[in-house]
Amino acid sequence: MTEPISEKEVAHVAYLARLRLSDEELQLFTKQLGAVLEHAKDVEALQLDGVEPMSHPLPLENVTREDEVDEMLDREEVLNQAPAVEDGRFQVPQILGEQP
Amino acid sequence: MSSIIPATSLTAQTIAEKVQSGEWTALETLENYLTQIAKSDAEIHAFNTVLEDEARAAARAIDERVALGEDVGPLAGVPVAVKDNLCTKGMRTTASSKILENWKPPYDATVVKRLADAGATLIGKTNMDEFAMGSSTENSAFGPTRNPHDLTCVPGGSSGGSAAAVAAGFSPVAIGSDTGGSIRQPASLCGVVGVKPTYGGVSRYGLLAFASSLDQVGPFANTVRDAAIVHEVIGGYDPKDSTSISEPFPSFLDAIEDGVEGLKIGIISELMGDIDGISSEVIQKTREAATLLSKNGALVEEVSIPASLYCLSAYYLIAPAEASSNLSRYDGVRYGLRVDGETLAEMNINTRTAGFGDEVKRRIMLGTYALSAGYFDAYYGKALKVRRLLAQNFDEVYSKYDALLSPTSPCTAFKLGEKTSDPMTMYVNDVCTIPSNLVGHPAISVPFGSGSDGMPIGVQILAPPMQEALMYRVASTLESAEK
Repeated sequence: MTEPISEKEVAHVAYLARLRLSDEELQLFTKQLGAVLEHAKDVEALQLDGVEPMSHPLPLENVTREDEVDEMLDREEVLNQAPAVEDGRFQVPQILGEQP
Repeated sequence: MSSIIPATSLTAQTIAEKVQSGEWTALETLENYLTQIAKSDAEIHAFNTVLEDEARAAARAIDERVALGEDVGPLAGVPVAVKDNLCTKGMRTTASSKILENWKPPYDATVVKRLADAGATLIGKTNMDEFAMGSSTENSAFGPTRNPHDLTCVPGGSSGGSAAAVAAGFSPVAIGSDTGGSIRQPASLCGVVGVKPTYGGVSRYGLLAFASSLDQVGPFANTVRDAAIVHEVIGGYDPKDSTSISEPFPSFLDAIEDGVEGLKIGIISELMGDIDGISSEVIQKTREAATLLSKNGALVEEVSIPASLYCLSAYYLIAPAEASSNLSRYDGVRYGLRVDGETLAEMNINTRTAGFGDEVKRRIMLGTYALSAGYFDAYYGKALKVRRLLAQNFDEVYSKYDALLSPTSPCTAFKLGEKTSDPMTMYVNDVCTIPSNLVGHPAISVPFGSGSDGMPIGVQILAPPMQEALMYRVASTLESAEK
C-alpha cells in the first residue's frame, strides 16, 4: 500500500506555505497528515459526477456599495502595530538582488 | 474531583433589569465577577487578558447614564467575556498565538461594538485553541484552560475559555466563534448553553478569519433566554461584512415560551450510533431529550441525513483549505511577530515557523496540499460536492420536519493530554456539530444532565436557516423540562 503523502511532498507543501520543518517534524507531520488523508479516502471514493460543488452556504451575488468616503483607520495607529516602518510605509527586507 | 462551580448564577436578564432600574450599579456587579476571576482564574485560565480598568471605566459610564435616566440598553451593566479572536480596539487580541502575542487592533469588531452599545461591560478576552483550531483549548500558545467542573479535564474548544468563564461564574455571558462546533462542543462539556447562529446572521467584521465560509460568532450563557438576548444584540445586518444577511430575522424572544406542541422534530439517526465513537451514554441522554419533547406535545421521529457520514472528512479538507489561504496574511509585514531574515522569503519563513503552533502548521499544510494542482479535484472539489449533498439532505428533511435533534459532543469532557497525540482522535469531537457549519444552519447546545463521570452532557437542536426563533423555542422547552 502506498502512503497517502510522502515526506518529499510534505516538505514541498511546507515550503509553499512558508514553513520550515525539522527532520523530526517532517517525519511526524507526514505520518499525521497521512492519517487525515487516509480518513478522507471515504470522500475521495464517492461517485459524485453531476453534483454541483458548493463553496459557500449563501447563494451570494457580488456585493457592491456606493463609492463613498467612510470612516477609515488612522494611518499612525495602523503603522504603530507594524514590526518595521520607514517613511510612513511598511518596511520589508530587500527584495531585489542589488545592494541599496 | 476538584471543581469551581458557583452555587447560583445570575442571569444577564436580571442584571440588566436591576442595573437599569438603579437597584444595582454596573460597577458593583462587575466587581463581584472580578473578585471571582481574581480568586479562581489562576487555576482555570479562562482569560488571556482581564480588562479590569477598561471594564470599570465602562461600568462607571453606564451608572452615570442610568443616573441621568437614560435607557442604557438590553445588556445594561452585564459583564461579557469575549473570545480572543475578536478585535478590541487598542486592547491585545492574540487568537492565543505567538504570532499575534502583542497585537492591539486599530478597530473594534462589529460584535464588540454592538455589545458596548447595548450597555455591556467587556470584562476580558478569553483563551482558545490557536486561531480556533482545536477541540480542547490545549492548542493555546499560552497554556490550556481547565474545565471548571473538574480541573483535570479540558473545557472543550476552541472557545474553551468563554465556556469555562460562564461555567465558573467569571461572567454571566460570553462570546465565542464556531467553525466546526467551537461554541457548541465546549458549551456541552462545560454545562452551559452555546449557539452557532445562521451563517450571515452575525457579522464577522473584526473576527480573525479561520475558514470564512464556516465561521460564525455566537453567545454562551447559563440560560437559553440569555443566549437569545445576547444573540439579538450582536446579530443583524452589517454592511462591513459582505456575507451579512440584510433581511431581518424574526424576534428570538417573542415566541420563546410557546412550547413545542404540534412541532415535528427529527432525530438524526446517523448521529445516534451509525457513526463510531459516539458514547452510548450520550446517545441515551439524547433519547431522553426526545422523550421529553414528545411528552410536551412534539412529534419526534428518526430521520436520515446520509451525507453526515462524510462530513468529518469533507470538513477537514474544506476548513484547512480556507485556513491556508486566510493565514497567509501572517507574514511579518503589517502586524504581529517578525523574525528577521536576509530576504523577504526568509523573513516570512522565519516568522511563520516561530509564530505558529503545531496544529496551525498541520492545517495550513493540509489545506495547501488539498488545494494543490493534481489533488484539487480529488480532495477539495469532492468535499464541496459532499457539502451540496448534505444541503440537499437537510432541505428534504426540513420539508417534513421543523427542527432536528442530536448529541452535541460524542463524549463528556476528557482529561488534559488524553487526545493530543493523534490529531484524528481530536477531530472526531466535531462529528455532530460540523454538519450545521457546512450548510450554514443555526444550532444550539443545551445542557441536559450528566454522565456517569459526573460531567455535563449537552444535546443539540438544529433548525433551518434563519429559524432561530423556532430553535430557541425547542431549546427553552427542553431546558425547563429538564429542571
